[in-house]
Amino acid sequence: MKEISELNLPEDIRYTKTHEWAKKIGKTIKVGLTDYAQNQLGDIVFVELPKIGESFSKGDEFGNVESVKAVSEIYMPVGGEVVAVNQELESTPELVNQNPYSEGWLIELKPTHPAEWDALLDKAAYLVELKG
Amino acid sequence: MNEKRGASGLILNEPLLWEKGSTGRCGISIPKNDVKTSPLDKNMTREGPGFPDLSEVDVIRHYTRLSQWNFGVDTGMYPLGSCTMKYNPKTNERQASLKGFNESHPFLPDALSQGALELIYSLENFLKEITGMDAVSLQPAAGAHGELTGMLLIHAYHRARENQRSKIIIPDTAHGTNPASAALCGYQPVNIQSGEKGILTAKSVAAIMDGDTAGIMVTNPNTLGLYEEELPEIAEHIHEKGGLVYCDGANMNALMGILKVRDLGVDIIHLNLHKTFSTPHGGGGPGAGPVACTKNIEPYLPIPRIVKKDNGFRLDEHHPESIGRIMTFYGHFGVMVKAYSYILSLGAEGLKKASRYAVLNANYIKEKLKDTYHLPYDRPCMHECVFSDENHRSYHVSTLDIAKRLIDYGFHPPTIYFPLVVSGAIMIEPTETESKEELDQFVEAMKAISDEAREHPEYLKNAPHLSKVKRLDETAAARKPCLCG
Repeated sequence: MKEISELNLPEDIRYTKTHEWAKKIGKTIKVGLTDYAQNQLGDIVFVELPKIGESFSKGDEFGNVESVKAVSEIYMPVGGEVVAVNQELESTPELVNQNPYSEGWLIELKPTHPAEWDALLDKAAYLVELKG
Repeated sequence: MNEKRGASGLILNEPLLWEKGSTGRCGISIPKNDVKTSPLDKNMTREGPGFPDLSEVDVIRHYTRLSQWNFGVDTGMYPLGSCTMKYNPKTNERQASLKGFNESHPFLPDALSQGALELIYSLENFLKEITGMDAVSLQPAAGAHGELTGMLLIHAYHRARENQRSKIIIPDTAHGTNPASAALCGYQPVNIQSGEKGILTAKSVAAIMDGDTAGIMVTNPNTLGLYEEELPEIAEHIHEKGGLVYCDGANMNALMGILKVRDLGVDIIHLNLHKTFSTPHGGGGPGAGPVACTKNIEPYLPIPRIVKKDNGFRLDEHHPESIGRIMTFYGHFGVMVKAYSYILSLGAEGLKKASRYAVLNANYIKEKLKDTYHLPYDRPCMHECVFSDENHRSYHVSTLDIAKRLIDYGFHPPTIYFPLVVSGAIMIEPTETESKEELDQFVEAMKAISDEAREHPEYLKNAPHLSKVKRLDETAAARKPCLCG
């Protein structure tokens, strides 16, 4: 497993305490799992995602990822409506391990309350969380 | 024996039965047909299943070879935490194969099943004595089925009081099946975190218990192998708000004969006959998850109940408030015979001693290994102890690698990555049936593996080396499962 110093944590995205990342793409937000989360989970073998059109509040469970070790829930970084899901993950869940910030994205959402974005962690704050 | 117990030996490869044999070969001789044949209508017949043509020796060698690839509790120590893989005395098998039990038919009328019914009745009484409860149903087929039965009982209890509720409290140190059992019954599981000592605090339960919560599911000892010290106080908080206390009794191997769970405020408990009461499981046979409860919940127990009348034992269906039948016939009868045999063989003192040795053995391993492996909760444990790979992560060696390497040393790996509250958990349950020499060899193996992790991490990464099948690609198996032969 990676040491904290070995983790890839981009500057241009935001993080949650539950190890999701969020990235603004115009008016929508792309969501995925952080490098820390995929590394802790180990080889991911199945990803269950919501349907397009479903809405969730901030902090709601919107799906789960199953690795060889365990099943973990994934939570909404901000509330919103799901406008796209990463269909590729159905047949190639390993993308979450290989490229958690690009091909391994999970969902794209339209935020209900755009102000919720401001409560998300930046890289420095997330690092503080990880170091606990 | 000083030499390392894991050794390589000659193991034979073996194809599938379908790839063996030869057309026309046969393992049995069927008596000559002495009646006129009368062919069925063509519309009603089709090609038979494609069974291979095999002789007796083909079949015997096939299964003997496969059995040599296997590792069971009759081979060696099997410290699979949470599973209580104790040695199962062979006398249990002998009793279960007695003709009167083995060949009894479930459709026989009560009058011709008196022996079997008496055994079930007496076993219920033993379990009442062990738990302190008022009534028992031996119907549930295994542990999780017992949990579901328990949830249905809680549901029926609240329904009868016209006070239906929607939530169940489940701590993070409960067995993984608990939330599933509650959810299957329609309850919303409410997760609660254990306290700093690895056990549940009465304070945290009191804070979330309310009038819409049907009760709590507590595993005691919990999955960290720790005794829930505050359970009596927790039960008071639950009862105060009209809820019920369900105990997952899968870990009773630490407690039998030592205390009666009823005295802790428990209303319903399931036991795992196949763990605590020594019947083969985990591929060796089916389970049995009897449920025991207090008087006020008894009316809802599954039917049929077994009752004793002047003229003998009867299956009684007249319990209008019952949750109904939850199993075909009366559960896994063969398992009941084996558990009954076990309880009679050990007696009250013997059961108590078994629990004491189970706890002693786990604490022995905990003390012997805590300077080598990270021990997240350093306090006296019950029947199992939980380590983690934290001390070994800097060598890029993980729990999985340690567990796989243990196979080379001739031990079954412990339970890994469970409970989830410990990252990289290594959960060791030695059980009472392992001797001190056996435990010492296990401790030595674990220490040797720790040294290897530091000096030769690649030994661990590629382990096991001596087994018939080497490191399996679990990821590929899960991502691209091959589900047909």
